[in-house]
Amino acid sequence: MNLKITTPLTKEIARSLKAGDIVSLTGVVYAARDAAHKRMIEALAEGKDLPFDITDAVIYYLGPSPAREGQVIGSAGPTTAGRMDKYTPALLAKGLRGMIGKGRRSDAVVESMKETGAVYFAAVGGAGALLSKHITKSEVLAYEDLGTEAIRRLYVEDFPVIVVIDSEGKDLYDRKRNTL
Amino acid sequence: MREIDVSLVTNAIRDLCIEANYGLSSDMEKALADASVNEESELGRSIFSMLEENLKIAKEDQIPICQDTGMAVVFLTVGQDVHFTGGSLKEAVNRGVAQGYEEGYLRKSVVGDPLIRENTKDNTPAVIHYEITEGDGVTITVAPKGFGSENMSRIFMLKPADGREGVLEKIVEAVKDAGPNACPPMVVGVGIGGTFEQCALLAKKALLREVGQKSSLPHIAELEEEAFKKINELGIGPAGLGGSTTALAVAIETYATHIAGLPVAVNICCHVNRHATKEL
Ligand code: SF4
Repeated sequence: MNLKITTPLTKEIARSLKAGDIVSLTGVVYAARDAAHKRMIEALAEGKDLPFDITDAVIYYLGPSPAREGQVIGSAGPTTAGRMDKYTPALLAKGLRGMIGKGRRSDAVVESMKETGAVYFAAVGGAGALLSKHITKSEVLAYEDLGTEAIRRLYVEDFPVIVVIDSEGKDLYDRKRNTL
Repeated sequence: MREIDVSLVTNAIRDLCIEANYGLSSDMEKALADASVNEESELGRSIFSMLEENLKIAKEDQIPICQDTGMAVVFLTVGQDVHFTGGSLKEAVNRGVAQGYEEGYLRKSVVGDPLIRENTKDNTPAVIHYEITEGDGVTITVAPKGFGSENMSRIFMLKPADGREGVLEKIVEAVKDAGPNACPPMVVGVGIGGTFEQCALLAKKALLREVGQKSSLPHIAELEEEAFKKINELGIGPAGLGGSTTALAVAIETYATHIAGLPVAVNICCHVNRHATKEL
C-alpha cells in the first residue's frame, strides 16, 4: 500500500503499518547514529534526560555530509541500522516508535519492536542526494562536538521509505523470520 | 630521472576526491542503466530510477552521491625513475585528502584511533597503497570507500582441496551475508591467491576494474560469470528489497600462492562504486 504518514508516529498508526507498505513521511524526525546512540544510552544509565522527547519519535540513522551555502543539508541517505541494535531496545522501551535506516536488525530489536509497537523503515541506501531534497529543515540539537554524528532535528516532506519490519515482526528482508 | 613536485600530487588528490564523490565513472553509469532495464521486480525498477535520479541531482546540484563519502583509499603507482621533490609524499597525499574533503563539502568519516574513536575532522589519514613500476610515470587513483559495504567484506583461508567449488561457495556466501546492508546492487571484488594481506589487496583492486570487463584468464572469466549468475539468483535485489539484480559485476584478480593455501578475499562494494584516476 502507498501511504502518507505524519510524525509523531502514534502507536496506533505504527501498529497499522505492514511490512511492504510504501510510505511518504512528513514531519519531524531526529537524525542520530553510532556515537549519538552511545551517548544517549550513557545518559539514560546516569538517570539523565534524552536530548529530545522520544515518545512516538522517529529516529533516522543518518550522518549527513556538510551543506553548501543555500542548502538545507548535504547528502542525507540512511546508514546501516544494525550497528544501532545494541542500543535500540532501551530506546524502544522509552517510547521510540519508528526508525529509518538500511539493512538487517537483530532478533532482540525485533522482539522489542513487537512488545512496544514500533516500525523499522528502510530508505534507499546510496541515494543521499535525492533524499536530501525531501529534508526542508535541519538544526543541530545536541552533541554538536560529534560533527556529522551530532543529533539533528529534521523536518522531512514526503520522505520516501518502505516498511521493512512491522510491529508484528514481519520482515521484508528475511522471509525466514516471517514463518517463526 | 624525472622530478615531480609533491604539490602536484596534493592538487591531483584533492581534485580526485571531489570528482569521485560527485559522479560515477561512465562504465558504472552504464551498468546501472543496463541492469535497470533487465530488473524483473517492479519495486526493484523503481529503486533503479531513484538511483538514476540521485546521480542526476548529485551532478546538477553538487550534492555528493552518498553521504558516506568514504575513507580515501589512494593507489599510487610510481615509475622507478621518478624523484619526488618539495617535501614528504605521504604528507602531500594527506594534504590533498584534507583539502578535497573540505573544499568538496565531503563528510569527514575518519577516527584517528580505532578504539578511542575521535574524528580527525579532515578525513585523514588516507589508506595509501604504493606500487613501484618501470618508467617515469605516476598514476594516482582515489577510491573513496563507504563502510556499509566495507563492513560486509570477508577473507577466507581455504584449503587447496576446496578448489574452485570452495571459492565459488565463499564468494556467494559473502554476498548473501552482506545482503541489504551493503546497498545492493553491489560490485563484488575478489582476490584469490597470494598471502592473507595480498588477497585482500587484490580484491580491493578488482573493484577498480572497468565494470563488465572480464578477466583476461579464461578459467577466471568463467568463474566470474558463474559467480555473477549465482549471486543474482539469490534474489536480494536493489536495496535488498528483492529482485533479479543483486550484483552489477564480479571481478576476480589472482596471484601465485603457497602449496598449502588458497586465500580468498571478497571486497564488497555498493552501487556507489567510486574511483577516479589521474596521470602525472
Ligand atoms: S554502502 Fe555505499 S551506498 Fe551504502 S551508504 Fe555506504 S557508501 Fe553509501
